[in-house]
Amino acid sequence: MKFDVAITIGLKEGMLDPEARAIRHALSNLGFSTESLATARVFQVSLEAQDRDEAYARAEEMCARLLANPVIHRYRIEVSS
Amino acid sequence: MRFAVVQFGGSNCDRDVWHILQDVCGVSTDLVWYKERLRDQYDAIVIPGGFSYGDYLRAGAIAARTPIMEDIRSHADAGRLVLGICNGAQIGAESGLVPGIFTINAYPKFVCDWVHLRVENTTSPFTSQYRRGEVIRIPIAHKEGRYVAPPAVLEKLERDNRIAFRFCDPYGVCTPESNPNGSARGITGILGTRDNILVMMPHPERASEPVLGSDAGRKIFDSMIHAIASGSVPCAEEGL
Repeated sequence: MKFDVAITIGLKEGMLDPEARAIRHALSNLGFSTESLATARVFQVSLEAQDRDEAYARAEEMCARLLANPVIHRYRIEVSS
Repeated sequence: MRFAVVQFGGSNCDRDVWHILQDVCGVSTDLVWYKERLRDQYDAIVIPGGFSYGDYLRAGAIAARTPIMEDIRSHADAGRLVLGICNGAQIGAESGLVPGIFTINAYPKFVCDWVHLRVENTTSPFTSQYRRGEVIRIPIAHKEGRYVAPPAVLEKLERDNRIAFRFCDPYGVCTPESNPNGSARGITGILGTRDNILVMMPHPERASEPVLGSDAGRKIFDSMIHAIASGSVPCAEEGL
């Protein structure tokens, strides 16, 4: 079965996010006041798997082996068929 | 004695390191394209600076997962020397040769400048020619050079004397102003568990001849050569 998987990778709580800080500053210059801002990256993956669990497990392995660095990152995986 | 400098697509300091090793230090040095793997044994391997894979995903992340890294890991497991410079340091951290990660500078722009480093460890095969606390002037050129590691890891690095270099001011004092990228505790040179691995963001090959404005980085290469020549680190087995 074919699954679409969205993998969102962001920084762990408390990690310095210099790009977010600069973007927040720019928003503030445009008159948008924000309480916080974080950046994240989304990877849209389509893959073949037996079921949802297998698709999830494959995505988790991708994060562990390449997409995320556990020192600074956390991630969220969403599977849809 | 034979060194190898590994070239990835996007490496751009490979020939600079080769020149210093071959022409300045007089060591026979091969340039090895990463796809060719390590066919021969070497006494030391240098992973040079550059932008392997265009810094896609994270600096060094993709190069760290190429097959030649398995050869480099075996080489390191045998106790032989590995030096990672700049992108080579990012690759070294991404491949787990040292703990932690080099990520986006606290002020998120590319910094190309001369900085001062304080030599913290003088017992490793990379730093034995320095005096403890010696201040050296050396260039940096990176956007992802801020060293980050969990507090427990930083404590362990301090305890195990695995911090080779820290950013400092010209007088050897580590201040927030002398830390150009916001690295944890000003750390920018980290030794592996067995001190036969060193990764560092600054470029010693750009400070190894007086004509370059400083030759304070040359002692890193001299230390390596001395360690191999004196037999204090294992050398390559002949005929393999």
